[in-house]
Amino acid sequence: MNRIDKKFETLREKNEKALIPFVTAGDPDLDTTVELVLAMEQAGADIIELGIPYSDPMADGIVIQQSSTRALKNGAKISSVMNTVKDIRKKSQVPLVYLVYYNSVFKYGMEKFIKECSYVGVDGIIIPDLPIEERKDITEIADKYGVYLIPLVAPTSKERIKKITHNGKGFVYCVSTTGVTGVRQEISTDIKEYMDIVSQYTDMPRALGFGISNAEMAAKYKKYCDAIIVGSAVIKKIAEAGDKKEAVENAAKFVADIKKAISNNQ
Amino acid sequence: MNGRFGKFGGQYAPETIMNVLIELETEYEKAIKDEKFIEEYKYLLKDFVGRETPLYFAKNLTEKLGGAKIYLKREDLNHTGSHKLNNALGQALLAKRMGKKRVIAETGAGQHGVATATAAAMFGMECEIFMGEEDIERQALNVVRMKMLGAKVTPVTTGTGTLKDAVNEAMRNWVENIENTFYIIGSAVGPHPYPTMVRDFQRVIGDEVKVQILEKEGRLPDYIVACVGGGSNSIGIFYPFIEDKNVKLIGVEAAGLGIDTDQHAATIAKGSLGVLHGMMTYLLQDDEGQIMPVYSISAGLDYPGIGPEHAYLMETKRAKYVPITDQEAVDGFMELCRIEGIIPAIESAHAVAEVIKLAPKLPKDQIVVVNLSGRGDKDVDTIAKVLGI
Repeated sequence: MNRIDKKFETLREKNEKALIPFVTAGDPDLDTTVELVLAMEQAGADIIELGIPYSDPMADGIVIQQSSTRALKNGAKISSVMNTVKDIRKKSQVPLVYLVYYNSVFKYGMEKFIKECSYVGVDGIIIPDLPIEERKDITEIADKYGVYLIPLVAPTSKERIKKITHNGKGFVYCVSTTGVTGVRQEISTDIKEYMDIVSQYTDMPRALGFGISNAEMAAKYKKYCDAIIVGSAVIKKIAEAGDKKEAVENAAKFVADIKKAISNNQ
Repeated sequence: MNGRFGKFGGQYAPETIMNVLIELETEYEKAIKDEKFIEEYKYLLKDFVGRETPLYFAKNLTEKLGGAKIYLKREDLNHTGSHKLNNALGQALLAKRMGKKRVIAETGAGQHGVATATAAAMFGMECEIFMGEEDIERQALNVVRMKMLGAKVTPVTTGTGTLKDAVNEAMRNWVENIENTFYIIGSAVGPHPYPTMVRDFQRVIGDEVKVQILEKEGRLPDYIVACVGGGSNSIGIFYPFIEDKNVKLIGVEAAGLGIDTDQHAATIAKGSLGVLHGMMTYLLQDDEGQIMPVYSISAGLDYPGIGPEHAYLMETKRAKYVPITDQEAVDGFMELCRIEGIIPAIESAHAVAEVIKLAPKLPKDQIVVVNLSGRGDKDVDTIAKVLGI
């Protein structure tokens, strides 16, 4: 059974929400990425998103753009990220998903990419610039290797949610706002209404992401969804740290705070 | 509408904009069947843009080169100084029809930015233009014009600070403001329906050439030559001739310091299949799919991709794409200045440079039409510096 499904089943039994932090693989470097993943899992992360650094991340704001640039400057390549996952898997069974732009997958070779994901132990992939209309070929390949192609919806999706989530696997990535990734003080979308609409179309776990920047916001939105995704806010903690050890400590502490905020005893 | 040209094109866009793209396609299809829309567009092309533009027989250049007859399609004579307004107006009319109050655009050389700011001023819309900081410096004249026309010019400092980064930033801004904003894309690139819309709004160039050349020469040209960045002026002049198989179509790419260096923007010469800015096309990328930084003296050709319809024309061998270096373009620029008394945009000078190579090899009874996509006032400082004038 896919680690993602197992995780959500376990959490459902305990009536708990999932915490999904995001880090860019290779920022500051791939060895630190291994430590970050392990530390965040220890601190309560349920699933971890690993960003494959890309030169033109169109769906990302400045924080993740800069994170990607740092990783690329440091020489991160798809094959080395795959090796990093292998290293992680020696010590952890935490569910892992890639956040990857389509050209990276396309140029690498769709089948080669997915096959390697399966081989090293990546459970799912999120492709922010590949809409459902362009997913036929890659879905066939993903199904063949048991890697989940995570469906993604936005507040503007409306009736598209039905076909996007049909036969969907893993969870639904629900983009919280019309916007790009980034730390926000508040989210103007009516999240309750939005999450209600999504649950009308699918029973899949709904993960809310974009803009959730602190424990207060996580606590505020946890009741409307099944998982909270935190990206730019984690990256900021890493970027602002004095050295790599501090980066790992600060990221882990931040994850622990958010996990506490979305737990049942809050 | 079919969003593909063979395997090229498509809509590789974030989910947030998908419904907007679908709505855009629907509205566009309705608009082009609406007589009133077409009438208003044609009226503006004539009385505001100043069309039709002349097809000018370059007698001096023809004689000097001693080969085929050279005709210049004078898109430089349009209002705002290039072919860009043909498209910006069409899209702005569509934006108005859809009730959008704000328009945004990316710009490289600044001509599309000026055209968009012009259209926004006319229709009373808020306007923001995204321009790479590198381009802001080398096309300063256009930056001033945009501001005077009431647009906000936002410098883009990420990546290489040129056209592709401006497109990225415009896309991000569009996603953030999707409800009230129409993104006016300036070239034949982007997710469907943009490449088709842009081609349809630029085909007036080729349509006019066909009538004009038949009037002047009684037959169709042997060659049509145009510079290609994203490919809007070129697809505009090529499109009406695609079915005329005896008309050879030549797109001219920017070879910068040479296609064997890493300082060029010759997408067809050195690119490979991939996805950029919402479309499947040819791009300059490394073997991991990272988009390469590109270079050309011309801000408008400094783009690592090419419109999907061009990729298709190349693959089906309907059109050929050739590289011209900075040096050759500068020489072509000066040649046209001195021989014909026309200062071309440095982008268009790439097409002129190719014709300077091509025409002498052709018999005197052949006809070559060159698209002079814009005027070169914006480039005089750069060229003067290069030549020490």
